Amino acid sequence: MKLITVAGPPSCGKTSIILRAIEPLIAAGLKVGVVKFDCLTSDDYLRYEQAGIEVKTGLAGGLCPDHFFIANIEQAVQWGQREEFDLLISESAGLCNRCSPHIKDVMAVCVIDHLSGVHTPRKIGPMLKSADVVVLTKGDIVSQAEREVFAFRVRQVNPKAAVLPVNGLTGQGTLLLQRHFQSAAAVTTLNDMRLRFTMPAALCSYCLGETRIGPDCQIGNIKTMDFS
Amino acid sequence: MTDTALLTQSLHQLLSERPYVRDFFAALNLTPPDDEISLGAFLDGIPAAHLEEFALDHAILTSQCIDFITQMEAFQSRETSTVREVTIKAGVDKSGSKEQQDLILRSGEVVCVVGPTGSGKSRLLADIECLAQGDTPSKRQILLDGQVPDENRRLSGEQQLVAQLSQNMNFVMDLTVREFITMHAESRLISDVAQRVEQIFTTAVDLAGEPFTLDTPVTALSGGQSRALMIADVACLSASPIVLIDEIENAGVDRRRALDLLVKEEKIVLMATHDPLLALSGDRRLVIRNGGIAAIIETSDEERQGLGQLTALDKKLSRLRDQVRHGERIIFDLQQLAE
Repeated sequence: MKLITVAGPPSCGKTSIILRAIEPLIAAGLKVGVVKFDCLTSDDYLRYEQAGIEVKTGLAGGLCPDHFFIANIEQAVQWGQREEFDLLISESAGLCNRCSPHIKDVMAVCVIDHLSGVHTPRKIGPMLKSADVVVLTKGDIVSQAEREVFAFRVRQVNPKAAVLPVNGLTGQGTLLLQRHFQSAAAVTTLNDMRLRFTMPAALCSYCLGETRIGPDCQIGNIKTMDFS
Repeated sequence: MTDTALLTQSLHQLLSERPYVRDFFAALNLTPPDDEISLGAFLDGIPAAHLEEFALDHAILTSQCIDFITQMEAFQSRETSTVREVTIKAGVDKSGSKEQQDLILRSGEVVCVVGPTGSGKSRLLADIECLAQGDTPSKRQILLDGQVPDENRRLSGEQQLVAQLSQNMNFVMDLTVREFITMHAESRLISDVAQRVEQIFTTAVDLAGEPFTLDTPVTALSGGQSRALMIADVACLSASPIVLIDEIENAGVDRRRALDLLVKEEKIVLMATHDPLLALSGDRRLVIRNGGIAAIIETSDEERQGLGQLTALDKKLSRLRDQVRHGERIIFDLQQLAE
């Protein structure tokens, strides 16, 4: 089974571009499943179900979404194998811009939209920097110059990635994305494989539920700013 | 340039030859000093703790930095290679009937695309954009300068063939005209940024007819002004050899001059339009029907002669528009207008 991790900020169009890219693959006879990792709520599964795609939703709730992802992705792969998918796509939103769900030797796609502004590529971090394919959405509403500047800034941050403009509404540009999906490597297990980038360090008192403020309440991994 | 040569080069020289290197370091919260220290020494001197924040060590950073410079150099050299000719090999329409003929688009040419909504104009343009190789529903194949395009470059999305100017496009950046064009020029890695900014600005003002300044925020431009700026910017700065235009609006832009400008810059202009004046400005009209190119109409001599009359009529109409704009009462004689 081929596995692909798709990540990007909230509302950048991940679900739409995934749907547009896999519809033709399903029409061609491929069995495709999706795992949607979200934080508090998600109704994206409805859109997948409407398209006749098998989908599982995982809500991180009070946990760090990416820690939640890594604790569950292997189980997702095993689910995909049992269901005999040809292709399994994991969709997650990189919320803190510090982490990334991308795994070495597993195709990694990052989605960002043109409306987020030309300075965004630099701010996104490892989710963008370590992706194999960067999909740019919502290009139809900005000027040509902005599209070109945006693509350039993405290349600056990640010179090796394929940069593909895709329209999530009309599907324009999805052909090349499909090609990438089809060329993804197959996996049977993720055990012993590695993330492309470390997760944010945790383990301070606030991770464990502390809500009071003050030096006495800060225990563990603490970093302070310089205000001198 | 070899890796060793890069690493021993002084930062002063490196930054003057490759100003984009600053951006590489800016992304890592680092400001390289503009002095004689070598790139290698600077990289080695970055504290390991700083690099840990980015999950980097010195070896990875060095290879990433060299990689970045190499890729940017490749980007720069690609920019100079232009496509002169785009071949669209016949595919099939929605019912599977074969299109009649192959089509070659050449730089400096205006080709109009006509057909009602839903007839398949977007499909044609999408085929060109993704360099279709018989793998889209239309089965068309696109050749660049007579050659099958490189599959790796196709998949990497490097070959941005089509620059698009459509009706509903906006500026979402909060920048002045000067900052806006400068930012675009910098992203093209061109050397004479200030000069190019000036050129685009004067061209845009000229096209718009309504003056604005380099310090006007792009979001404060009128519809005609922003359209003029976009056209001038695409003509003078965009690397894409093909410009796709959704009907140039009447308001505020000298449409004829806009086309002349794009053609002068050796672009292939594909324009979707139903305006007879613009349609006759083209060398050919592609008639799209049922998802396929149903016919190619060469502009005839007779049509060209008619163009003179249309231009005269258009001049009259624009004079009327000016009267409205300037708050004058319109005095006209329809009979006279039609002559």
